[in-house]
Amino acid sequence: MSALQSDVRPLTRVRARAARPSLGPAISGGLVVSYLSILVLIPLGAVVTHAFDHGWSGFWAQVHSPFAWDALKLTVGMSLLVAFINLVMGTAIAWLLVRDRLPGRQIIDTLIDLPFALPTIVAGVTLILLFGPTSPIGIDLAYARSGVLIALLFVSLPFVVRTVQPVLLEMDRDMEEAAASLGASQFTIFRRIILPTIVPAMAAGTTLAFARALSEFGSTVLISGNLPGKTQVAAVYIYGKIQEDSVTGAAAVSTVLLVVSLVVLLLLNLIQGWVARRD
Amino acid sequence: MTNNAVTDVRAGASRWTLRVVVLGYLAFLLVLPVAVILYRTFQHGLAPVVDALTSANAIHAYQVTAVVAGSAVAINTVFGVTAALLVVRHRFPGRRVLDALIDLPIAVSPVVVGLALTLVYGRTTSTGSWLAREGIQIIFSIPGMILATSFVALPLVMRAVVPVLEEIGEEQEQAAATLGANAVQRFTRITLPSIRGALAYGVVLSLARALGEFGAVAVVSGRVVGKTETASLYVLDLYNNFDQTGAYAMATSLAAVAVLSLIVSRFLRPKGSAA
Repeated sequence: MSALQSDVRPLTRVRARAARPSLGPAISGGLVVSYLSILVLIPLGAVVTHAFDHGWSGFWAQVHSPFAWDALKLTVGMSLLVAFINLVMGTAIAWLLVRDRLPGRQIIDTLIDLPFALPTIVAGVTLILLFGPTSPIGIDLAYARSGVLIALLFVSLPFVVRTVQPVLLEMDRDMEEAAASLGASQFTIFRRIILPTIVPAMAAGTTLAFARALSEFGSTVLISGNLPGKTQVAAVYIYGKIQEDSVTGAAAVSTVLLVVSLVVLLLLNLIQGWVARRD
Repeated sequence: MTNNAVTDVRAGASRWTLRVVVLGYLAFLLVLPVAVILYRTFQHGLAPVVDALTSANAIHAYQVTAVVAGSAVAINTVFGVTAALLVVRHRFPGRRVLDALIDLPIAVSPVVVGLALTLVYGRTTSTGSWLAREGIQIIFSIPGMILATSFVALPLVMRAVVPVLEEIGEEQEQAAATLGANAVQRFTRITLPSIRGALAYGVVLSLARALGEFGAVAVVSGRVVGKTETASLYVLDLYNNFDQTGAYAMATSLAAVAVLSLIVSRFLRPKGSAA
């Protein structure tokens, strides 16, 4: 069988190239690049261009206008906090799902993805019912920054869990058992053996959660009340500027978000490269 | 898995702490919100819910959502498979850049997506006014909503298909080629059957994302009630108009679709991958 395959492969390569000088990939490549340009690249380029309609000073004036700057500070600050909480809680959830033979963990495992599948505005309505003025548990976070935090925690919940979980599943338990038999404490085993293995996955998931929190719109609209300078996040600020037809203002803040997202994406790529090299 | 008794006892306390913390967190963030919205939706019985979901505006919103999400998912499926084949099967300059660019929509805020499309295809722009002369309106109309939805769900099909394509390799197709199968036959008889599961998974994920899209569609649709309003936009509209029964009913119906797609995707999810 393997002899046959090694006979066939070089032959087909030669034949395929001779028959059709890579016309297929040229067409599909053209289609993919055109679609990507029409849908993503040209429109995003237009955002950046419009941000600089009035030059650098115009851009800076828009970004540094009081409410825009407040919205950006709040968004970045909240996203960092959300990323950190997700780093801790996401890892703990993944641990519970993989290592703890808790009854009903399959249900939890399915539920974890709910924030991915749930429309963000539905999440917004749901959260204001539980944490709003009519809260049945008496916790009213509406129009407060903690309300924004809850909304962002909700929508970013699955990222760290879903990146750490497969790594934990694949981990070999031999090393841990060897360490335990040599007298290592639970904490030492976690710190010296488990943590180094799952750190890249934790980093990747945290980065994704940060990016998601940075760009979130629908779930924060209701609970935050969008008080400018207090609970208004960047995406909601941009939405307001679009409604006012203030293109430069919307485009300038969008550009800042885009740049931060790009940096985050680049960071994620580096992390994934690091993971690939470790494997 | 032969943990000895001593470590089991020592691990007991920390295990229970972890359980309480994690389950408490999930209860607050996931379970309670879902329970509350279910209670609020059905607290006056089933009749008001049925009335709200069968009102003319609600039915129209569902229809708009179906058209927009259906078209966007169809376009993205074709694009996703084409892009996946291109990136996996061919080596060309700029391949890695293309690969990375396809992920870009994940990191872009939905509102920025809406703004970006408006700035290029809006009626006041040169592209938009040229299209308007040709009788095509993009922004504040269905085509723009399809574009916006395609943008936000762009990488999902491709990312589901790429790992499977990498795994199956090209040997079978090359064998078929030597036996005289043309490109279409090779695709429909060999490639498609082997990526079917992953493709279905990607389509379900895209559909869930497309059905729920809010921010991008809110910007490009103009939110014209009874015309360009999708189900998720209609939820906010009802809420802002103090029609809470209607808002909760619509939200619950969308959540039901989300849960259904979750369950379906769980069966379709390729073995060994958790994401």
